[in-house]
Amino acid sequence: MVSGFPESEARLSWGRVHRARHRIARPSSPEAAMAALARRGELSVLPFGLGRSYGDSCLNPDGLLIATRGLDRLLAFDPARGILRAESGVSLADLLDTVVGRPAPDGGVWFLPVSPGTRFVTVGGAIANDVHGKNHERAGSFGRHVRAFGLLRSDGRILRCAPEENAELFAATIGGLGLTGLILEAELQLVSVPSLRLETEDIRFADLEGFYRLAAESKDWAYTVAWVDCLARGRALGRGVFSRARHLAGSRESVRPPGPPRLSIPLDPPYSPLNPLSLRLFNALLFHRLGPGGRRSAIRPYPAVFYPLDSIGAWNRLYGPRGFWQYQCVVPPDGAPRTIARLLETIAGSGEGSFLAVLKTMGDVPSPGLLSFPMAGTTLALDFPNRGAATLELLARLDRIVLEAGGRLYPAKDGRMPADVFRAGYPNWQRFADHVDPAFSSAFWRRVGNLDGRISPRRGTR
Amino acid sequence: MSSRTVAVFGATSAIAEQVARRLAVRGSRFFLAARDPTRLERIAADLAIRGAASVHTHAADFDEPAALQPVLEAMERAVGVPDVVLVAFGTLGDQAAIARDVEAVRRSLTTNFTSPACLVTALAEKMERAGRGLLAVVTSVAGERGRASNYVYGSAKAGLSTFLEGLRHRLASSAVQVLDIRPGPVDTPMTRELGRAWPLLASPERVAADIERAIDRRRAILYTPWFWRWIMLVIRAIPEPVFRRLRL
Repeated sequence: MVSGFPESEARLSWGRVHRARHRIARPSSPEAAMAALARRGELSVLPFGLGRSYGDSCLNPDGLLIATRGLDRLLAFDPARGILRAESGVSLADLLDTVVGRPAPDGGVWFLPVSPGTRFVTVGGAIANDVHGKNHERAGSFGRHVRAFGLLRSDGRILRCAPEENAELFAATIGGLGLTGLILEAELQLVSVPSLRLETEDIRFADLEGFYRLAAESKDWAYTVAWVDCLARGRALGRGVFSRARHLAGSRESVRPPGPPRLSIPLDPPYSPLNPLSLRLFNALLFHRLGPGGRRSAIRPYPAVFYPLDSIGAWNRLYGPRGFWQYQCVVPPDGAPRTIARLLETIAGSGEGSFLAVLKTMGDVPSPGLLSFPMAGTTLALDFPNRGAATLELLARLDRIVLEAGGRLYPAKDGRMPADVFRAGYPNWQRFADHVDPAFSSAFWRRVGNLDGRISPRRGTR
Repeated sequence: MSSRTVAVFGATSAIAEQVARRLAVRGSRFFLAARDPTRLERIAADLAIRGAASVHTHAADFDEPAALQPVLEAMERAVGVPDVVLVAFGTLGDQAAIARDVEAVRRSLTTNFTSPACLVTALAEKMERAGRGLLAVVTSVAGERGRASNYVYGSAKAGLSTFLEGLRHRLASSAVQVLDIRPGPVDTPMTRELGRAWPLLASPERVAADIERAIDRRRAILYTPWFWRWIMLVIRAIPEPVFRRLRL
């Protein structure tokens, strides 16, 4: 029986390239989620949070999406230990509005242990993609701060998973892209920080060597990230701006949680304002805005440091009706400078510029998930306006460079990686496949995990 | 605005929950009543973390006349006569299924008119005696003109609006305020379960922000989102012979 679930053909992922027909259930209680799962009939199922995954890992064409946004209650908060239990559809923005900033016993304030580039993701989504932030060197991925969660399986059981309880399923679900079941609630360990204001420095670097030098010099800075000018070639290859930040000690000033975006892109522009000319101007501007000294220090509240893009609502629409592709890889530390240089050369030579290219070193704190993306090395994130075959051809060339270097791609950003690229990057993928719930599936998983065609699009059975 | 005591009847409704969250941030003390005790407990936990000074819950089915007295007693034990009461329960139901079913019509009129009207009567009595308080009741723009697609629900809400209007008239010389909240279609489980497309669907968060403002400003009637006031003005003005031919 299929009736009773409304249908949608909207573009449900952030890159806006993919469009598919879905049935959508929107439970507002765990009981309602169980009921929706129970009456799925022949449909395969996938949890859906805030749709910030860029490609097709959050899509399940012709199947059922269980939207978790209605599961957004905070269930318990221990202010002495910074432990929060919440339903899985709670967003990080909700947490910033509520428990973040409350006093911790050591004199600091509670803060998110790991924060991705947007606060508009759900806790369930942050676990399912094992997201990382600018403090990866120290804090590792989001999954490291998850103490436990309750996982609803399609057979109706709710399993408590923790590092010492259902440990394999715990590891499969962190970074498991929603395929192992529906996370109903989770328990997170917040971190105490001296204040919600940060000391920040932006420093220009002339080439990749400059980037790695700054990364090595920034051990005292909890948060680091760099923007690179991916149009620069030759001697300027890999030039950019390195940003680092750390919580300011002794600041008693409170920081207001960020409100809704002031500016929003209300509709789809028929043509993208992001074209080769604006791309060149924008990148030159970013590089030169620091002035002749090439360095700028400031004290800034956390929203400006962590979520600059959140201040423009629906910025993804700027890429126009064809959408855009994201590409994020990580390559191991050995030979990383050489690999990143090859990637940047390939991009600069292709004429397919990336508007915003982000470069960051990642630490060797192990990620807890079988399919976790973060690993020691350097990560490069890019976005390309969708120009069809030309863009895809470039991305395929980048795939080969990443694979040769022993790297991998981030599924949350992906909507096209071939199965061999996925399997080479994630050697645990078969162990993971054993934990996939038989009723759960996604477009991404049907592409990369399809074992001998045993996953049909209609039913996730293996 | 300072903290206060708040009683919510139908506290598991999506709109009520969002209003309660906004009032929780100010450190209000809550009494929550609804049918489902499990969901009430989760909402109570949530409000407490968001800043509520205290939260008491009481599970009750407001369609049971015998449930009225105990729920009011529980309320007074928890928060006394509250500063703000929000009555937010109701069922939309599938009009096509209801229209020819006498028992279903009776149930809809009970839930959407009789029960809230009786509850409001008892609450108004207490507030009048206390000489203060604000009674906010969720009705609907559906009450403003009978339409084939929802006239059972709509007529109950129309009756409730008229009831509130009369009550406000009666209490005009007292300090008790009566707020009639008339939302357009809101994106909630109530509208979703019908599985059809709604025009101009508003989010419960937005509607809740409007309600909070209307409570603070002690307004009498709130259309939310605001444009429904003008849409309904036009719909009410359509002459009956023309209206009969329209599919609305």
